[in-house]
Amino acid sequence: MEPGQDASIALVAIGPFVAAALAPVLHRLTRPFSGWVLALVPAAIFLFLLHFIEPIAAGNAISARIGWIPAYGLDLSFFIDGLSLTFALTISGIGALIVLYAGSYLKGHPHLGRFLGFLLAFMGSMLGLVLADSMLALFMFWELTAVMSFLLIGFDHERQAARRGAIQALVITNIGGMGLLVGVILVNQLSGTWELSTWREVGDSVRGHGLYGLVLGCFLLAAFTKSAQVPFHFWLPNAMEAPTPVSAFLHSATMVQAGVYLLARTTPVLGGTTAWTVILICFGGATLLWGALGAMRQTDLKQMLAQSTVASLGLLVLLIGMGSEAAIAAAVIYFVAHALYKAGLFMVVGAIDHEAGTRDITALGGLADRMPVTFIAAALASFSMIGLPPAIGFFAKEEMYLDLVSLQWPQIAILAALLIGNALLAAVGGLVAIRPFLGALAPTPKSGHEAPVAMLAGPVVLGAAGLVTALMVDWFGRVVLAPTASAVLNKPVESHLSWAIDPASPVLWLSVATWVLAILAYRQAAAIRTLLRRLEAALGWTADTVFDAVMFGLIRFAGAVTRLLHHGRLELYLVTVFAMLALALAVPLFALGGIEALLPNAELGNWSAWLQWPELRPYEWGVIALALVGLSAILAAPNRLVAILALGVQGTAVALIFLLFGAPDLAFTQFMVEILSVVILALVMTRLRLDERDQRPFEDLLRDGTLAIVCGAGVSLLLMVVLSGTLDTRLSDFFTATSVPVAHGANVVNVILVDYRGFDTLGEISVVMAAGIAIMVLLRSRQKPAPPAAPTAPRKRRKAVV
Amino acid sequence: MNTLIFRTFAPLIVATMLVFSVYICLRGHNEPGGGFIGGLIAASSIAILGMASGPAVARRALRFDPLGFAGFGVFIAGLSGLMSIFNDTPFMTSIWLYLDLGETTVPFSTPMVFDIGVYFVVFGTIASIALALEDSSGDES
Repeated sequence: MEPGQDASIALVAIGPFVAAALAPVLHRLTRPFSGWVLALVPAAIFLFLLHFIEPIAAGNAISARIGWIPAYGLDLSFFIDGLSLTFALTISGIGALIVLYAGSYLKGHPHLGRFLGFLLAFMGSMLGLVLADSMLALFMFWELTAVMSFLLIGFDHERQAARRGAIQALVITNIGGMGLLVGVILVNQLSGTWELSTWREVGDSVRGHGLYGLVLGCFLLAAFTKSAQVPFHFWLPNAMEAPTPVSAFLHSATMVQAGVYLLARTTPVLGGTTAWTVILICFGGATLLWGALGAMRQTDLKQMLAQSTVASLGLLVLLIGMGSEAAIAAAVIYFVAHALYKAGLFMVVGAIDHEAGTRDITALGGLADRMPVTFIAAALASFSMIGLPPAIGFFAKEEMYLDLVSLQWPQIAILAALLIGNALLAAVGGLVAIRPFLGALAPTPKSGHEAPVAMLAGPVVLGAAGLVTALMVDWFGRVVLAPTASAVLNKPVESHLSWAIDPASPVLWLSVATWVLAILAYRQAAAIRTLLRRLEAALGWTADTVFDAVMFGLIRFAGAVTRLLHHGRLELYLVTVFAMLALALAVPLFALGGIEALLPNAELGNWSAWLQWPELRPYEWGVIALALVGLSAILAAPNRLVAILALGVQGTAVALIFLLFGAPDLAFTQFMVEILSVVILALVMTRLRLDERDQRPFEDLLRDGTLAIVCGAGVSLLLMVVLSGTLDTRLSDFFTATSVPVAHGANVVNVILVDYRGFDTLGEISVVMAAGIAIMVLLRSRQKPAPPAAPTAPRKRRKAVV
Repeated sequence: MNTLIFRTFAPLIVATMLVFSVYICLRGHNEPGGGFIGGLIAASSIAILGMASGPAVARRALRFDPLGFAGFGVFIAGLSGLMSIFNDTPFMTSIWLYLDLGETTVPFSTPMVFDIGVYFVVFGTIASIALALEDSSGDES
């Protein structure tokens, strides 16, 4: 590989972010054509990626690597095989059409530049996700898609529903993101590699490990939340609050497909086990039916498409879960077909909404005369959705049924689910893309006419693409299907797609059965809708309401915890802090046998042994006397000021002890701290207008006194216990020995502070300054207190203090 | 406390304390002292000035906002650590420079600059708190 290729592949993933950053400026410069200009970026990426089609089809894989954090062995490594190429082409190709479409759809919107930027960054996240080789890079891009989709869904942030949809999507998908991170780290621990390209060789060691269940759970959580599988499906319809171009992109090629991509990508490592198969088939099948029925229930075209996306994602998960060669091939074809028709249909619905002013299926009809080109594009897309022969969707459906023609009951159950799901999806396709255009012209808020070119390009190109890929199905099978399926299954897979239709094959008759069912559902759509709505009303709750309940419960719980812990009463905070300190001191002393080191059991009865008179020098007695005077002065103080001063006396005595026993530095500091704390406490007292006297009730005094005695005794006893052992002097020896020769300073304390541990001190002085700023803020916030009720009282008190 | 005697003597006390604090700060590397204790002494002197002549006078004497001193302190402390870039050594590796002044040799070093930074941080923070508290008690009268 030539060296330039690393950079250009990295540019594929990073370029969109650069374009996104420039988008607002570019938009301002090229205002009426900004969509066209910015669409060049994804279009260029699409064309660049097209170069890789032939090498990949020939069985090569391309990798690129850029150093990221070499110290941790982390690289921004990219890896292109069939799977990532298929996804990347879909993302960039549809992305170009979406950017073009968005430029026209939101024409004149004050924040269009920002919107296009979000859209490009979203595309970049998704491209990075599918191209990433390092799992950590994949995780990063995975989270980026969540953040970008949050911004996009909540783009219309003045509407509450948009904010709610955005938050819901973020919460649900981020739960999965955390799962992904745990799963990735676990697999790294089990296999020793971060690289996806090497994971496929270590599959056996992961599958055979005792932690396999946990790893599988983590990855499935990530995939299921991202790809909106039951029971996490409800965020996807609510994400419809986003502007239509976002929905078109989100639902066809990006975010929601990330989960499917993850499952396909991890199939060689985690797939093939019973747990994998059963879980994926059950959840996928449930999601398929739930989504298909949900789509039938709606009358809003966009909601119908959204629910049908849920169903399609379920279908893809189910197929990956089956894991047979035909199932994976079906999943690949279905992914491509779905991306093409879903993006096209969303754009069609956006165009209808834009031109007719409503999206309600019951209010629309006969638009074919007004919007003929849109109708043709919609019809092409819906052919693919229904699975009719001249479209690529037909092959996806054929391939799905291929492995299920048997008479065993699990296969029959899956087949039934697929039949019903496909039929309902086909009916939805007809309802969305055909019904609004046929029949009598219905009166709409705006008189519909054809959408502008930029909005037509997407549906037409995508509809045509669905047709063309079907017509060139041999080529499609060779360059897209075979490499992609090979990458998923980790073994060479041959394509067998062709136009040779065998009338004797049961697969064809299953297709016919699907169409018959679909026609029935289409004709009875109104009845089915009424029935489903009654069922829902009877049920009374949905996953959506459960989510709300959980979120509100969380907020209430947080409020309760806050009220309990953050009550705002300073004295209770202090009581808590000192009670914890007392506990921390007393438990090791009495429960863990600390006191016995000081006082062996044998001497417990011998009172005189530890009541002996210590031998001290006269001035040492003096210091102790001073401390005792300070102590009694505190206890006997008539008011708070005297108590503070007495505390100063006490502190001075401690400083004298330091001085006498060879810690002049400490003594010095202690003196200054004592003086300053007396000064500042006295000032604080006037500031806070505290009562001159201590007015605590007796119970509080008792509680505080007990705490004080326990803490004091605890500290003293702890110190005595520590001193009764042999002192480990390794550190002090080291500092004493090296202080002068290494740091050129004789004062070891200062040398440690400014030299050996200078970095700590730097942090500490920053904290000191931050604390100073915080105190200033607190003082200033009370700068103008409410006029006191009795202005004379504080004045008197101040005289007593100052 | 706002007496004539106190007001008269306060500037003397303050000047002495300030000089003393600088002395304490600079000798800290070899003898008891250092930036922290020096800063505390300097801050006390400003607090005394504030008590004697009012916080407005103290602020005027300082010329800059006391918190500005603290910020300056953090800045030069960090800068002294960055000096090691020029020696191609890790962050905060000390550099010593001996200045020969005929009879005596004066050592300059990055730890000393760092210590002066600590001095300014402690001084600025404590002084600003003390002056703010004195301000507020002045407001009420």
